Amino acid sequence: MNNQPIINIEHLKKNFGNLEVLKDIDFEINEQEVVCIIGSSGSGKSTLLRCMNLLEEPTSGVIYFNGKDILLGYNINKLRTEIGMVFQQFNLFNNKTVIDNCMIGQIKVLKMNAKEAKEKAIYYLKKVGMLPFKDAKTRQLSGGQKQRVAIARALCMNPKVLLFDEPTSALDPEMVQEVLEVMKNLAKEGLTMVIVTHEMAFARDVADRVVFMDNGVVVEDDKPDVIFTNPKHERTKTFLNRALKHG
Amino acid sequence: MPSDFIGGIRYILENYSPLFIEGIKITLYISLTSTVIGCIVGLIVAVLRLLPINKKDFIVKKVLLRFFQFFLGFYVEFIRGTPMIVQAMFIYYGSKGIGMGWSVLSASIFIVSLNTGAYVAEIMRGGITSVDFGQTEGARAIGMTYIQSMIYVVIPQAFRNSLPAIGNEFVINIKDTSVLNVIALNELFLQAKTISGIHYRTSETFLITAIIYFIMTYTITRLLKYLEYRLDRVPEFSPKDGDINE
Repeated sequence: MNNQPIINIEHLKKNFGNLEVLKDIDFEINEQEVVCIIGSSGSGKSTLLRCMNLLEEPTSGVIYFNGKDILLGYNINKLRTEIGMVFQQFNLFNNKTVIDNCMIGQIKVLKMNAKEAKEKAIYYLKKVGMLPFKDAKTRQLSGGQKQRVAIARALCMNPKVLLFDEPTSALDPEMVQEVLEVMKNLAKEGLTMVIVTHEMAFARDVADRVVFMDNGVVVEDDKPDVIFTNPKHERTKTFLNRALKHG
Repeated sequence: MPSDFIGGIRYILENYSPLFIEGIKITLYISLTSTVIGCIVGLIVAVLRLLPINKKDFIVKKVLLRFFQFFLGFYVEFIRGTPMIVQAMFIYYGSKGIGMGWSVLSASIFIVSLNTGAYVAEIMRGGITSVDFGQTEGARAIGMTYIQSMIYVVIPQAFRNSLPAIGNEFVINIKDTSVLNVIALNELFLQAKTISGIHYRTSETFLITAIIYFIMTYTITRLLKYLEYRLDRVPEFSPKDGDINE
């Protein structure tokens, strides 16, 4: 592991019109780290995540990826192969089969040949337990299956960091586990992950660090044990009390 | 020539079938070719009109793009806002006036394609904007460019959603090709006019003509319905656990 953080964010601000969604965020992610971002809706956690692969363009501030400023002349499309993303609504390509979803990016973006792309797609589909469904259309899958395919699709691009934007929030309760199971395995293998989630037990279990956001600022950033058992800030306590009661 | 209605119809069919068939061929040829060309034109126009203008782009590029999009918008509005019969007169005789020699056939294809292009541009624009934005985001998030996300993900879905409306354009073209009789294109309507003029038996001739048009349009409507059914059919899928050999 090297000492330099893989992603380093300094003084990040994001406005939507007059609304300040992110107010001066400082944040870093080290290699092989699993960071969970928690907080109530509207606290800016998804926006922070979406700034990291420039799906949202920051209003001001600097984002370094491997020491390079991604807002200054960095190839956005290359960046997005290096920092992958898994969405709440899966966003699988509805006009393609499961395996084509996993192959198209490798072929069109990474310029790999079809044979290599297929091998890799099969490798990752197997890993998420979706290989038997490789020829299915996306509409023939359940939510949990779709999300596992979406994870395989992201992994096929060989990302150095994988971002998860509330990956289980759109799932029926009985499908949440299958997706979390896949993510746990990835964490064990040392993939660098940033996960926006409402699954407190999962965050506690898997994360190396938990970040609590409220109202556009990072309130607390610490080891999961500290956050969940002994939070320093009143706002964190209030949030966790509410979240754990209902979760 | 018999004086009764039924006898008239039989007489016309017996004697003038080759003319009707010639008209059918021309009508189908013009409308099919123009629908295909029009779809390509319409698709390109729709994509260009939806091309996002990036704030960071070079100023010249922004101005050119904005001007070009304005021009395309004008094309769509102007063509949709004027009758094809007027366009046909203006384009065909206007181009003759400035010494441009082209055949009635190629002028006809140009005129109908121009029209179909304008309508399909609007159809496809609706089709593209109705595809869930998550599809574009999913594509962009694995590093595809805007154009790649369009070509491989959004347009195939937009095209499928627009297929009924595009098929409708084909049907409309079969009927509207008849206005090209004003530039002496010998399509079905002009043939019918010629035939009816020989014996002054208008109602018999045009009843036959109407039936021919209806058979053409109805057949195409059915074919398109079948195509949609085929596209939407999802084969039964059952996962095979041991399917790891490839």
